[in-house]
Amino acid sequence: MSSPSAHTAQHAPHGFIRKYIFSLDHKVIGLQYYFLGLFSVFLGMSLSLLMRYHMVNPNVAVSWFGKLWPTAAAGGVMTPELYLSLMTMHGTIMVFFVLTTVPQSGFGNYFLPIQIGAEDMAFPVLNMMSFWTTFLALVVMVSAFFVQGGAPLSGWTAYPPLSGAGRITGPGEGMGQNLWLVSIAIFCGASLMGAINFIATTVDLRCKGMTLMRMPLTCWTWLVTAILALLGFAVLLAAGVLLLLDRMAGTSFFLPAGLMINDQILVSHKGGSPLLWQHLFWFFGHPEVYIAILPGMGITSQLLSTFSRKPIFGYKAMVYAILSIGFLGFLVWGHHMFMSGMNPYSAMAFSVLTMAIGVPSAIKTFNWIGTLWGGKIHFDTAMLFALGFVSLFVTGGVSGIFLGQPALDLYFHDTYFVVGHFHMIMGVAAIFGMFAATFYWFPKMFGRMMNEPLGKIHFYLTFIGVYAIFTPMHFLGIAGNPRRYADFTNVEYLGKLIPVHQFMSWAAYATAASQIIFLVNLFWSMRKGKPAPINPWHATSLEWTVPSPPPHDNFAGVHPVVHHGPYEYSVPGAAEDFIMQTDPASVHSEG
Amino acid sequence: MSSQVSSAAATSLWEGGRSPYATNSKKFGMWLFIISDSLTFSALLFAYTYSRVSNPNWPTPFHFSPSIIFSTVMTFCLLSSSLTMVMAVHSMNHGNRKAAGAWILATMGGGAAFVVLHLNEWLNLINNEHVTPFENPWGVPLFGGTFFALTGLHMTHVVIGLIYLAIVCQAVLRGKFKAEDVEVSGLYWHFVDLVWMFIFPLVYLMSARIH
Repeated sequence: MSSPSAHTAQHAPHGFIRKYIFSLDHKVIGLQYYFLGLFSVFLGMSLSLLMRYHMVNPNVAVSWFGKLWPTAAAGGVMTPELYLSLMTMHGTIMVFFVLTTVPQSGFGNYFLPIQIGAEDMAFPVLNMMSFWTTFLALVVMVSAFFVQGGAPLSGWTAYPPLSGAGRITGPGEGMGQNLWLVSIAIFCGASLMGAINFIATTVDLRCKGMTLMRMPLTCWTWLVTAILALLGFAVLLAAGVLLLLDRMAGTSFFLPAGLMINDQILVSHKGGSPLLWQHLFWFFGHPEVYIAILPGMGITSQLLSTFSRKPIFGYKAMVYAILSIGFLGFLVWGHHMFMSGMNPYSAMAFSVLTMAIGVPSAIKTFNWIGTLWGGKIHFDTAMLFALGFVSLFVTGGVSGIFLGQPALDLYFHDTYFVVGHFHMIMGVAAIFGMFAATFYWFPKMFGRMMNEPLGKIHFYLTFIGVYAIFTPMHFLGIAGNPRRYADFTNVEYLGKLIPVHQFMSWAAYATAASQIIFLVNLFWSMRKGKPAPINPWHATSLEWTVPSPPPHDNFAGVHPVVHHGPYEYSVPGAAEDFIMQTDPASVHSEG
Repeated sequence: MSSQVSSAAATSLWEGGRSPYATNSKKFGMWLFIISDSLTFSALLFAYTYSRVSNPNWPTPFHFSPSIIFSTVMTFCLLSSSLTMVMAVHSMNHGNRKAAGAWILATMGGGAAFVVLHLNEWLNLINNEHVTPFENPWGVPLFGGTFFALTGLHMTHVVIGLIYLAIVCQAVLRGKFKAEDVEVSGLYWHFVDLVWMFIFPLVYLMSARIH
């Protein structure tokens, strides 16, 4: 294959600002999202460490806590309110600025256009605006820490009345909650712009021969994720605006009459319903968990096939599973509300629909195992993280089957069982997808290889670490340990479980410390890593036909033509054990 | 690789003709925005319905005269502006830029009349009937909340549409925009009208006092 760098159709802009700050290049924007997410994930992780520390040392005075929060941690001892605001910000930053941002907006921005053979996204200016709007949302969100009263207390779900009644409900419920809502509204706008761009790009800009059924599964998951974001964030925007009106214009959408809050009767509101918020929020919130996990599924599919040197097992079944997960995701929001009280028949309907999602999820899992079966598996770090994704997805998915049953959920809902469940499946599994994608695509993004021994040490420490943190949470939940509380040391029936909490805290410190290995590997490899060839993994999709890193318009003015599906590995009769998508259709042309 | 170079057609990738569904990306993007925005309005209408159903003594204060007559005139203005927008797209498709500009101006006139009448209606409710987002003389406070939220979000869309059409109009008159750009702005404008056709019956007609 000749090098496609003979001539360049579009020249890259000159000057630092146009090239790296207000860039229209989807690759630069993808990296901007990636580093925004990297900042956010370490911020979110630090908050979780503070929470874990406080939970097992609730009365220990730490002098720098007192310096950081002179009122909320006066004398160095955290108040329960401060614990709640750490919890809120941990959840919010992780869900919106990490899980939503990195797999979709980061890797999707970088690799969707290249994988479908396009020069850029459909709307480059919208793409740039989308990133800077997200950045603004993050700035507003983080600023909630610094206003009077500090960050809000109401969790990433912002349930009213706690989030709606204002300062009376707690210190963070003044300006902090307002900023939280404004930030989320801004983020909704950014997501809308991103979603429009992803869908239009996938539909309109595929190169010749790139039929929908020849797209890599990553592109399918980015497409379906964009559809979910397009529909879900629109509803969250409406809900957020209504809650802002409740707080600032005196309306009562979510606040009923006669509420007793902190020994005061709330007289200013009447007629509203907190349940309305839950309906609107979870109509967004459930698709949101698929927004977080679907791109990870796509990356995992891509990697399992590439590193097993086998075609993905059941490509079409995978595509239909992605589509049905996306569709069913909009019909199950009620399973978050079993505890809120609902007609048992409604609960049964939501429960059956929730169980139905188990079917496409199981199809995906068995297809992954089928892909591995009999393959020549290469255990590179990227592959290890993809395998870790499958493991965590199964572990977190099985506990989801428990929670989808109304009868069991009534017991489990307010316990650590739920915390363990969603951290396994939505948090850590999705993050393993990001790690896998980082190790897989790093050579393409930066032109250098990451360090494999460091990567493997990081993988094993993280894999064992996250299981050590989150597995015990399931047992705590079964034992009746409630969630969202700052301190369990004075609760008699939980006394014997404190050592379990201490174990989880130590596991959390160790796992967090091992992330330093990843940071070192990332930044060291960027400068000093082994130079990467065009196609280090012998993969077939289009990004591996262009130089590392790719030129400004990806294909240097050449319009690629695709003749094959993306998973033609170990094809009998072929010269090598992989056939590039762009290879002429001489050997095998099954699409 | 040489076959790939030769297959690069003379038409640019950005002209839209190569797209599989024969629609250019701008138009497709506007449709996607409309889908998303319709969900935002649906969420507000859901909130309105939910509040109304859970408050059995929901007020129905609007008399036939002047409220219903007034809102009917507003509806007439907005719907007529959809017709003029169709004429603008039609003129543009026939290459008649001046006529298209005039029709867009007429569309903006209809939209502006709607906004002026609507603001007048709001001021009447606020000053004379003492309806605010948080209280009203007829009972359930959420009546005002839902009313101002729904009509306010819609009016915001109309105002944004007026600014959008003003930009399109001057670009058309200066020969900068193509027929498709006018059509895309038309999609937005028709969508805003269509939303009103949900809000008008649900907010106004269903709140009419029937003797």
